[in-house]
Amino acid sequence: MKVLSYDPELCVGCCVCEETCSETWFKVVDSEKSSIRIQDDGQTLLHATFCNQCGACIEVCPTEALYRDKRGIVRLRKKLCVGCLSCVGFCPYGAMFHHADQEEPFKCIACGKCVAECPNEALAIVDITDIESPPPPQPA
Amino acid sequence: MTEKTHAPRRVLAEFTYELAPAQRGYTDQTLYVNLSDNTISARPVTDVMKDKFIGGRGFGLWLLWHAVEDDTKWDDPENEIIISTGPCGGTTQYPGSGKSLVVSISPLTDVVIDSNVGGHFGPLLKFAGWDAIEIQGKAEEDVIVVIDGPGGRVTIEEAPDAPVDTYPVNHWLIEQMTEKEEDRYFMSVVSAGTGADNTRMGCLNFSYYDRKRKAPRFKQAGRGGIGTVLRDKQVKALVVKSPPVRSDSNHPADPERITRVGIKMHKEIHDYDDVQCRMRHGGTSYLVQIMNDHDLLPVNNYKYGSHPDAPKINSTVWEERFAKGLTDGCWYGCTLSCTHAVDGFVPRTGPFKGQPVIVDGPEYETLGGVGSNCGIFDPDDIVEMNFYCDNYGMDTISFGTGTAFVMECYEAGILDEEKTGGLALHFGNADAALELLHQMAHGEGFGKIAGQGIRRMKQHFVEAFGADPQFVQDIGMEAKGLEYSEYVTKESLAQQGGYGLTNKGPQHDEAWLIFMDQVNNQIPTFEDKAEALHYYPMFRTWFGLCGFCKVIWNDILPPDNAETDEPAKVPEHVQNFVDIFSGVTGREVTKEDLITMSETVYNFQRVFNIRLGHGRRDHDDIPYRSVGPVTAEEYESRAERYDKQLQELLGLDPAGMSTEEKMAALREHREDQYERLKDAVYARRGWTNDAVPKVETLKKLGIDFPDVVAVVEKYL
Repeated sequence: MKVLSYDPELCVGCCVCEETCSETWFKVVDSEKSSIRIQDDGQTLLHATFCNQCGACIEVCPTEALYRDKRGIVRLRKKLCVGCLSCVGFCPYGAMFHHADQEEPFKCIACGKCVAECPNEALAIVDITDIESPPPPQPA
Repeated sequence: MTEKTHAPRRVLAEFTYELAPAQRGYTDQTLYVNLSDNTISARPVTDVMKDKFIGGRGFGLWLLWHAVEDDTKWDDPENEIIISTGPCGGTTQYPGSGKSLVVSISPLTDVVIDSNVGGHFGPLLKFAGWDAIEIQGKAEEDVIVVIDGPGGRVTIEEAPDAPVDTYPVNHWLIEQMTEKEEDRYFMSVVSAGTGADNTRMGCLNFSYYDRKRKAPRFKQAGRGGIGTVLRDKQVKALVVKSPPVRSDSNHPADPERITRVGIKMHKEIHDYDDVQCRMRHGGTSYLVQIMNDHDLLPVNNYKYGSHPDAPKINSTVWEERFAKGLTDGCWYGCTLSCTHAVDGFVPRTGPFKGQPVIVDGPEYETLGGVGSNCGIFDPDDIVEMNFYCDNYGMDTISFGTGTAFVMECYEAGILDEEKTGGLALHFGNADAALELLHQMAHGEGFGKIAGQGIRRMKQHFVEAFGADPQFVQDIGMEAKGLEYSEYVTKESLAQQGGYGLTNKGPQHDEAWLIFMDQVNNQIPTFEDKAEALHYYPMFRTWFGLCGFCKVIWNDILPPDNAETDEPAKVPEHVQNFVDIFSGVTGREVTKEDLITMSETVYNFQRVFNIRLGHGRRDHDDIPYRSVGPVTAEEYESRAERYDKQLQELLGLDPAGMSTEEKMAALREHREDQYERLKDAVYARRGWTNDAVPKVETLKKLGIDFPDVVAVVEKYL
């Protein structure tokens, strides 16, 4: 399964990834509509939040709107979503996002657009070959 | 809706309408269905209804008030069943926002009952266009009522082929009315069962479609016998279909406010439920061990508060039995997710013997009621009684507490195998209890008598079997005609009031003060208790006006709750409710306003009881088993505690007294305490000493309507 990965050592904090993501999926430049968020926690290195496809949200969704596709990526079927935001509250990484302009929450689906635009190769799509055990849900 | 290859049902009445979505939580119309003359109409929701009665129980009371006469009985055609969720009902973002209230005149109490229920019917009814439904009259033959929101059509249809019991009728309706899985998502059914035909304690089952199990699930409007009213009206089912539910189905005034609070609440549940009540794992079963440890678990008809076998039915057991990893909320977005099931259970008796079924529960009340209160500690027996009560449409609480009464009468020699038709109904005999359940459902044998409820059983046992009237009065755990729910109140004066000073009867939804009182001693004086018996019933009433579940208020706590000024009120959660209510309706309210809203409805309900011929001071009398030890063995089981009280409170020396003398002294004291509690509470509530709301109270609350004042004036 191919998921997004981030190297904080290479990140310069330009946030082009955020702009690219929101442009791609919401047709607007707005970090609040990005599925990747670059954060400064006051540490030496920056920190990025995005979905690692752990799948904890699938279990908490009451309508089976969340599912794992053939690539192993966790996806949301908008038609089945009732906007309860249980997934947003339960994501162990805080990587399921919600914006007032759209009923359904959104998340990284490893499309790779941000990877192409990152000026310092801090982002990559990597293969987690063992689909049977995605990253365990750890407290954020 | 597509008709399949089934014989079409004869339509007795049809009403078409334009489905208009809710705005700020209201559709502004209610649906009126009359089964006697087969008429269906729309009625407007007035400003008075929204301002003063809010929704849910408030709407139910208001509509029922205008539907009945002073002398209307539960089985008169004028009696209604009214179902309403409330403006916040149907919200998906905030956990526990899908509840409904059902209001009717009760076959057990002869006054108004209001019964709280989950499942999808109320919110889907709203999204099908209706803030409430009134069912009045009686059909000539069994019917179903179908509210088709997307089709804009309401019908009364003959349904001779439809089953009556809840499991079969739901499967029948799914088969008749749906083709694909998706058709079932936004459909809900209200049904009862043959137990509601043949007892006074019929419940209503409200369905919701469990997508992961691919089967219907059921929540209950358990208390008061409203299922009996449904079947008396010859209704087999109410069916609603709505358009798909969305996050903005209520078209709230401030969606972002709701979203913010909803996400915060989901996170709180994610972070803390595992280490608090573990609702997501064991539901309300966590209460069994806590109650047992505090001597509050009803055992053997409330004689005792604990039992060494309690661990056999505590949450450790149920966390294993309940299917894991499913979303067990009874409305979308409830991440507290407490409504678990035992899957693949195979009953050993009755019509489903040998067939695997899904059993909704057991909840704490069922564990206490049909379990410990009857001396039964086998999980399988409890699950089977849970299943059949649901299927037959019978309240597990009234069945449990009623059977506990029967068992004590049996052990006291008032009943014997001859009188019970061969049922050896001593405590712990689950086989006999199950057989009794089936007899009650079918209206056979001793079941016919037990199905009348404790109040009428007492009378029967005195008249037909020569029982000592004082003894059966003391041990029959009913008040106002309704069986008690499952908490031992002997050592908590506040909770004696919490049960006794209710409008509907001894149901814990009004007040649950045992910990505050007995365990933490936070309300020592009469005034403290009266204040608690004002605030908590009022606050707890509020949930039922709006469509909220109470579990989300205090069965999960924010981490800093203990440091707040009044931790028992859970102030952060109260603020959450203010935010959701204002966010949906656009009506800015404060925490204090919530109490005023409830006071209005609560006082109105009290006046309604008075109008129906009850509702005064003596209506709040309670059986002595709920106040103190009735029998010597009960006294002896807590002798140290009671002896100490005789010394400290009454200055008596227990050493020189017989058990009977000590019991008599304690009884006189405790009964007097309850009367003094009544005085303090009535004063705090703005009522006379006869429990009649004063005109100035009604005026202050804006419900001094001429017909309301006319009721109380007679007693002032």
